[in-house]
Amino acid sequence: MRIRYFAWVRERVGRAEEEVQPTTPIATVADLADWLATRGPGYEAAFADRNRLRVAVNQDQADFTAHIAANDEIAFFPPMTGG
Amino acid sequence: MTVRIQSEDFDIAAELAALFAGRDDMGAIVTFSGLVRGGDVTAMTLEHYPGMTEKALQKIEAEANARWPLKATLILHRVGRLLPGERIVLVAAASQTRHAAFEAASFLMDYLKTDAPFWKNEEHADGTSAWVDARKADSSAKARWR
Repeated sequence: MRIRYFAWVRERVGRAEEEVQPTTPIATVADLADWLATRGPGYEAAFADRNRLRVAVNQDQADFTAHIAANDEIAFFPPMTGG
Repeated sequence: MTVRIQSEDFDIAAELAALFAGRDDMGAIVTFSGLVRGGDVTAMTLEHYPGMTEKALQKIEAEANARWPLKATLILHRVGRLLPGERIVLVAAASQTRHAAFEAASFLMDYLKTDAPFWKNEEHADGTSAWVDARKADSSAKARWR
């Protein structure tokens, strides 16, 4: 699974992207977020408040209930502020 | 329909001239340009999600074209570090008559604010910097189009 992070999520996690092979069964974005949050204090801080996070699966907006598979690209970021 | 993301500045007149070059089917064109506001902000850095940004903007553009009889649309957005007074975004909607053009330009901006993966980080005079929070006013501006 390819994971990407943007804005303060990227800063807290300490990287912009990574390839991961979760050690627990992952069916949804929520499962992935649960697992990522266990990977260290930076991850824990990034995933502490899910109401402040937005998600994309394969570069389309999605939510935490979305089903994901091994070849998907999943991104976590704050609400968007363009314009 | 054109979507472009770039770090370089753009020339509004040149962009518009390119939009209606060789066309005589447009009676109205409405443009919006956004600039970096100064005051407490000394610089602003725009981050985006390459790939998804283009995809999201094309979706917004397609939605505008489905709602109004548009002859052309343009969304041009800059990324990277910008200073107060610099141009950030240019949106244009062209139609046969003005109402569709005004509404579509407004729609494009309201959706761009909430649905395109851009994030702003502001630098302040005291040396601190902070990510800009999404504004409630922006999501209610978008909600009026439902």
